[in-house]
Amino acid sequence: MKDIRIFESTSGGPSAYEPELTRRSFLRTGAAAVGGMAALAAALSPLRELTSDEIPDFDQFLQKHYKEMTPAEMELALERIRRKVEDRYAVRPHLRDLKPMEGVEFVYALNLSRCIGCRKCVHACVAENNQSRSPEIQYIRVIEMPRGTLDVEKGNHHYDRPEVPDANHFYLPVQCHQCANPPCVKVCPVEATWQEADGITVIDYDWCIGCRYCEAACPYWARRFNFAKPNLPKEQLNPNMSYLSNRPREKGVMEKCHFCLHRTREGRMPACVEICPTGARKFGNVLDPKSEVSEILRTKRVFVLKEEVGTLPRFFYYFDERYPNTLDPEALAIADRLKAEEGDAYGCLPGAAGPRKDFVAAAQPEWWNGGHA
Amino acid sequence: MRTYLTFLYRCFRLSFVGDRRYYAWMFLLTVFVLLGINAYCKQLVHGLATTGMTDQVSWGFYIANFTFLVGMAAAAVMLVIPVYIYRNRELHDLVIFGELFAVAAIIMAMLFVTVDLGRPDRFHHLLLRFNFPVSMLTWDVLVLNGYLLLNLHICGYLIYCAYRRRTPSKVFYIPFVFVAIVWAVSIHTVTAFLYSGLGGRPFWNSAVVAPRFLASAFAAGPAFLILSLAVLDKFTSYRVSAKAFMTLRNTVAIALSISMFLLGSEAFTEFYTDSAHVASAKYLFFGLHGRSGLVPWIWTAIGLNLVAMLLLYLPISRKLPVLMVACVMLIVGIWIEKGMGMIVPAFIPTPLGEIVEYLPTMNETLVTLGIWAGGLLIYTILVRVTIPVLTGRLTHDQAFSAASRELPAGAALEKEAHA
Ligand code: SF4
Ligand code: SF4
Repeated sequence: MKDIRIFESTSGGPSAYEPELTRRSFLRTGAAAVGGMAALAAALSPLRELTSDEIPDFDQFLQKHYKEMTPAEMELALERIRRKVEDRYAVRPHLRDLKPMEGVEFVYALNLSRCIGCRKCVHACVAENNQSRSPEIQYIRVIEMPRGTLDVEKGNHHYDRPEVPDANHFYLPVQCHQCANPPCVKVCPVEATWQEADGITVIDYDWCIGCRYCEAACPYWARRFNFAKPNLPKEQLNPNMSYLSNRPREKGVMEKCHFCLHRTREGRMPACVEICPTGARKFGNVLDPKSEVSEILRTKRVFVLKEEVGTLPRFFYYFDERYPNTLDPEALAIADRLKAEEGDAYGCLPGAAGPRKDFVAAAQPEWWNGGHA
Repeated sequence: MRTYLTFLYRCFRLSFVGDRRYYAWMFLLTVFVLLGINAYCKQLVHGLATTGMTDQVSWGFYIANFTFLVGMAAAAVMLVIPVYIYRNRELHDLVIFGELFAVAAIIMAMLFVTVDLGRPDRFHHLLLRFNFPVSMLTWDVLVLNGYLLLNLHICGYLIYCAYRRRTPSKVFYIPFVFVAIVWAVSIHTVTAFLYSGLGGRPFWNSAVVAPRFLASAFAAGPAFLILSLAVLDKFTSYRVSAKAFMTLRNTVAIALSISMFLLGSEAFTEFYTDSAHVASAKYLFFGLHGRSGLVPWIWTAIGLNLVAMLLLYLPISRKLPVLMVACVMLIVGIWIEKGMGMIVPAFIPTPLGEIVEYLPTMNETLVTLGIWAGGLLIYTILVRVTIPVLTGRLTHDQAFSAASRELPAGAALEKEAHA
């Protein structure tokens, strides 16, 4: 009865133009309105599960685009992020905003004759860049390719052998190529992703609206989206981080390889280069004629993937002309040594499958229906 | 101003008045809307992982429905052409229903993009840093909103004039009608460019995408109008002439034929060339490396479209029930062809050759149904309010009670009409 009285008192008296409202129609309208409200409240009830640190606070909501922040505003933003990381991971991060260095343009070169397909780079990258562990997000995909073709459709993404390398295959690792003409940047409706002066295409994780247009546009399948809330155990956090690279991400934003800019802009090597046991991976400043990558570009017959799409990658591949049909014997020797030394822990780690498998197992809410309608 | 507010208030009141069937229909839609809201809330909490989408197939059901609805919205206004250019009076009032549907379809399309966003809370970033004109998505935002405003203006103005018993003044709507015609083409073209401009997705990277989109939209849009007009004709006092149905039938038949022709040309180019680019098309039509999730979908679509086309060209479809069956078939056919058949296969295989299949999840489906129900709810209300105004039973100088009592959208009214 109480609800009905409210409705009675708020409605104006019947005017000449309006139909007369009877007591019965009040009751009915009132009951319908109350029922409707209750149903709406029930429909909205899942929102209660949102935790407070997922709901953006006022400062975060008002935070400007990376390129529009003054240094003072950037400092505030950094401090806010540090606090948040501290709250969530109980570690005070070494977070800063590293700018490109003058006269530097980074390129990558990968010697396919030395890659043994051990996927150590895949996992070093995950450890370095604070990706979600479950579902696991990986920036590098190593494809096992039959010899004699570069058609990726003939490759196997999910190879899981007791031992690599396999003599009939070579291994093709792919990650963001930091294209000089990047379609991903072109399509982003809010300029949340752009190319920096040193050639690295970065993402402002606080600006991305999660439309995934860039993911559709990238010809190298380099971008990864946080479909679920990233899940990174406290003890695995890498506290050395920068704004545009490996600070922890949130649900619903895009991420990808950024050439470890929190390392490389301070003169160190990317994690994947450092870990590679065979030295297949080379990285450096192409504007410096004395750098190793400049030397490689001058002397090796390098090529890029999918040249026809015109994206001008900064990621070059080459085969060692001395070994047309096999891996470099030096690399093979390294593989043998690793097998002996590390046994099972050596390479060929499974888990480079798609993220969905992980998701179903790990982050399954109880109403989940097993993946499909 | 006062009169206008009274008008809005009366429209609001009117939308709650109707007969049993009207209430049942609205109740059903409301239930689906609430289920959709509930599913969307779950998605907000758990992320887009609640959908079937993955990094491999990063757009799915939502974007498919978005594409389809942009087409429906564009096509609805195309009916304007015969009315104003060829002065075909039969279609005159139907145009208003077309534009009302365009309004509902655009709202649905925008909702589909919104639920597809990972961070809807950052929607305002679009206003702050708009990557125009480089990103086709920004073009889409502009043309869709512009189109919505245009249509709201045109139907709002015409309906309000009828309410005031005034003759609409041509300067206030004819120029807008012409702009809307061109604009209708633009919204679907821009939406096609969204896909066809991506060099990394050979399946989309084809000049024929935009014409295909337009042709299929011009079949599905008028087909939907045929259905909704048939419902109006049966259940309300509003009468639709047989000639109007036949004009629409011709439009649908021709557009569907063109659409099928373009699909055929696309298929020929893909399969005869048989280059590396054919992988997605192979996956779609025949399956690839033993994975064939989309094969039943596309052949169902082609089958439905062919049968619908046959029916439309046979004299039998002059009968309304047959025409309606053909319309339902082709709407479903085109919905599949443009959604599961156009958006999803471009992601399979991925640019790196991996094959990951996609199926919408239950939660995703509920969100989708919720948006459709919401759109139909909007359309029903718009039509519900428009009919009494257009038929001169709700005007500013009549008391509201009369209008509401005499114009339930349904049986009571039928009786009255016969009396
Ligand atoms: S590889 Fe993809 S993500 Fe990286 S810059 Fe090129 S287009 Fe962008
Ligand atoms: S997902 Fe983010 S970065 Fe990618 S296009 Fe959309 S807003 Fe830009």
